[in-house]
Amino acid sequence: MHGYLAYCLKRIGQFLLVVFIGVNLAYVITHATPIDPVEQSVSAVTSFSSTAPDAIAQMRESLQELYGLKGSRWDQYVTFWRRILVGDFGPSLSAFPTPVSALIARALPWTAGLLITSTLITWALGNLLGGLAGYYRKNRSLKLMGVLAMGIHPVPYYIVALALLVAFGFIWPILPIGGGSAMNLPQGWNWAFVSSVIKHSILPSLSLILLGLGSWFLGMRSLVSNIVTEDYVVYAEVAGVDSRRILTSYVMRNALVPQVTGLAMSLGAIFNGAVITEKVFGYPGLGSLLIDAVYAGDYSLVLGVTTVSILGVSICVLVIDLLYPILDPRVQVA
Amino acid sequence: MLAILRDLLRYNIEFRIGLLLVGTVLGMAMLSFVSPYSPIDVYVAPPDVPPSEAYWFGTSSRGQDVFWQLTFALRNTLAFGFVVAILSRILSLLIGLVAGYKGGWVDRVLMSINDTFIIIPLFPILILFYFVLRDSMSWVLLAVIMACLGWAYDARLIRSVAMGLKTREFTQTSLFSGMTTREILTREHLPYVMPIVFSTTMNNMNWSIGLEVTLSVLGFTDINTPTIGGMIYWANQHTAIVAGIWWWIAFPVIFIVMAFVGLYLLAVSMNEYIDPRSRLARVGGGGS
Amino acid sequence: MSASPTRPEGVPSTERAGPVLQVRDLQAHFRTRYFGVNREVKAVDGVTFDIRRDETYGLAGESSSGKTTLIKTVAGLVKPPLEMVGGSVRFSFLPGYDALHRAPPQEVARIRWRHLSYIMQGSMNVLNPLRKVGGTFKDFAARHMGGPGPVFQEKVVEHLGRLRLDPSVLQAYPHELSGGMRQRVTIALATICRPEFIIADEPTTALDVLVQKDVLGMLRSVQREMRSSVLFVTHDMGVHAHLTDRLGIMYAGRLAEEGPTRTLFERPLHPYTRHLIASLPRIGDDTPRKALEGSPPSLADPPPGCRFHPRCPLAMDVCRTAVPKMVEEEPGHRVACHAVSGERAL
Repeated sequence: MHGYLAYCLKRIGQFLLVVFIGVNLAYVITHATPIDPVEQSVSAVTSFSSTAPDAIAQMRESLQELYGLKGSRWDQYVTFWRRILVGDFGPSLSAFPTPVSALIARALPWTAGLLITSTLITWALGNLLGGLAGYYRKNRSLKLMGVLAMGIHPVPYYIVALALLVAFGFIWPILPIGGGSAMNLPQGWNWAFVSSVIKHSILPSLSLILLGLGSWFLGMRSLVSNIVTEDYVVYAEVAGVDSRRILTSYVMRNALVPQVTGLAMSLGAIFNGAVITEKVFGYPGLGSLLIDAVYAGDYSLVLGVTTVSILGVSICVLVIDLLYPILDPRVQVA
Repeated sequence: MLAILRDLLRYNIEFRIGLLLVGTVLGMAMLSFVSPYSPIDVYVAPPDVPPSEAYWFGTSSRGQDVFWQLTFALRNTLAFGFVVAILSRILSLLIGLVAGYKGGWVDRVLMSINDTFIIIPLFPILILFYFVLRDSMSWVLLAVIMACLGWAYDARLIRSVAMGLKTREFTQTSLFSGMTTREILTREHLPYVMPIVFSTTMNNMNWSIGLEVTLSVLGFTDINTPTIGGMIYWANQHTAIVAGIWWWIAFPVIFIVMAFVGLYLLAVSMNEYIDPRSRLARVGGGGS
Repeated sequence: MSASPTRPEGVPSTERAGPVLQVRDLQAHFRTRYFGVNREVKAVDGVTFDIRRDETYGLAGESSSGKTTLIKTVAGLVKPPLEMVGGSVRFSFLPGYDALHRAPPQEVARIRWRHLSYIMQGSMNVLNPLRKVGGTFKDFAARHMGGPGPVFQEKVVEHLGRLRLDPSVLQAYPHELSGGMRQRVTIALATICRPEFIIADEPTTALDVLVQKDVLGMLRSVQREMRSSVLFVTHDMGVHAHLTDRLGIMYAGRLAEEGPTRTLFERPLHPYTRHLIASLPRIGDDTPRKALEGSPPSLADPPPGCRFHPRCPLAMDVCRTAVPKMVEEEPGHRVACHAVSGERAL
């Protein structure tokens, strides 16, 4: 138990470091650049209409307050952290006066739902098929799958999403290609709404799955083909242990350990993919929110979504890390 | 090195296909030097002409010949990937070798930072960069930013090899013969990790090009430099798919997919050559 | 591959009650083809021997002498690039097949662990690191012992007790056990079904001397109690002297000499055996040991004739051209050496 505690503390330390570096990165990017978001917003407003000089000064004042750009660098830095810790990113400029946190809270379930479902499906399916492909190396259809995976895996998310959009939106329009649910439906736990949500999530999740599948498949296949030469697998074979048992409890079981670490390591990249996929399919999640905020020049919203993404991904990584010892008892002594 | 390439070419189908794909894309990119048009000029050709004898890949709604535009776009996109790869290789080599050789707290600190960069979702960070830099975001700046963000995964790989090298006898010999850390790392260890550096170059190019395409498609880069993402951006701006100008999107997509798959296959086949375990698996699997 | 009526040359004459294992002129080669280079390594090239019931047969030789390949072939672990090119490996409990890997899968599954078990080299990695020892026992043995259940559990605990192992090891993961413990667990695992035949491949090499002695003693007592046959492989002549009844010396893929362990240590005939035994340390003897010149030959390109001739102090012209035959010099003591047989012939 002592070992587990030490391990947990180490992982939590890493988590805090990720959040610390990530948030500082966001701070440095937004504060150490020549472009002043206040002036940008002011000029955005004044370019459309002529405004009295003292009105502009007042606006500048309140914007500085809003963006936490008042006072010395240190004051600004402290304000920045305080706001993050209480989850207050100020009001959104483009959806004034809705607070950024409300917009994020509205978008977060969509992204979380899409991402968690498709990632779990992808991970499970990719590892299962990849494991089989590594174990039964001569199987034709698994070999073919490997070739397909090699062809799809290296392509970026945007291209796959675009291809699906064209295929199922234009050439063979059978699936909705925009939004999270049908426009006219009220949100609620009824079949009409839920089925609409599922239908709308098919294409975005399919593009996430198609890409992820390839990488888990190929990773697992090469892991398994290494593990089958390990002594304990050969030994189980000499002992005449049932080959299905060898595949599951010996080969796959041991290959899953690095694949879980791999899952934690690739959550960031998966999130990157989700951002663009959401945008392509107009899915109402964090990704669309972020990109639209950039188009709208909404400073506080961009910063808010970026921070929440960093937090969200690192929390997921932490959860996987803390569950990891269940899968691998060895970390408790190490 | 040449002998390795010859062997790969002769006996590895992935390498051959990869080389063919990358070669085609490179050839296409080279054609940009003999292009009759300047890449930034618009309305040099009649707009919206489907692929024909005069315009092989058709023309865009902006009156550009898609074929020649594509040659420039490929050249810029590949060059971008290459620059990012070179810069980030330097970082990952430095950090990986030092962490692996020094060990102890240096290793722990460096790897904590390293893991942080692996975990943090980089796309929002890149978007944040664009958001504050806007028009000052140039091609070179983006490359430098991406290189600073994209070294982590490979640094970890290089570190693990360096850790193995540290315990080898020749390291001890060099240490006792009075070589400094810098000399040991550059003269003794560097040659051993170079194969990994080569194979990760391809994967890193795929990574950076993928992000660049994505950013450009959204218009979050310097859209006046023609790149693959930029072409798709302009096509989307003119709603090319809805308007039926499919060739404007299809050809850039086909060529960039060729580049991605080609680079990936090269990386995979080189990896296999480097790693004797997977080589052995191949012998075992193909032997009967 | 039918058994010939006349006894093949060099087969020992003392065959009581029929041997458990009969190996005849076994040839097992590694054939690799990668990046266009074809290689054929003749790791085992014409080996003949028998193992009787209730005996421990030792196999000695340097690390590249082909002994590991030989036992892999005997154990039916023949997978590319390893191929069994010729000869036969017959078990008394598997009639009708001239090698284990050529028998149908259900036959092999019946044999494995019930009749033939294996103690593998390198105790560190032979147990599934993510499976409790108890789970491994179930996987390996339950199907031969009436399936997993309370009765099986009881039998396992009883067997562990015989080997002075605490039942708590069943709840442990391999990494929680010490190296010696792990090796004792593997021996318990290999003997739980009371097999007629046990192959032990360097079972104590990685252990320190005291633990080694303990593990060997345990293996010896189990074997005596079960009256099973053991094929014991190690390069350590001291262990052979201590443990085995009969001993075969392998050199470069062939048997150089074979005989009762005692005889071999007292009257070694082959120059290679003589060297092996002379190089053993003895208390009180401080004459310098002579190292054998040269190194074992590459099995991809072995020297013609007797493979030992480049390093042999007695090498003659005939050794460079003709392969020496196994000749029975005295009952049960065979040797393949022109010099030895030549002396007797004269």
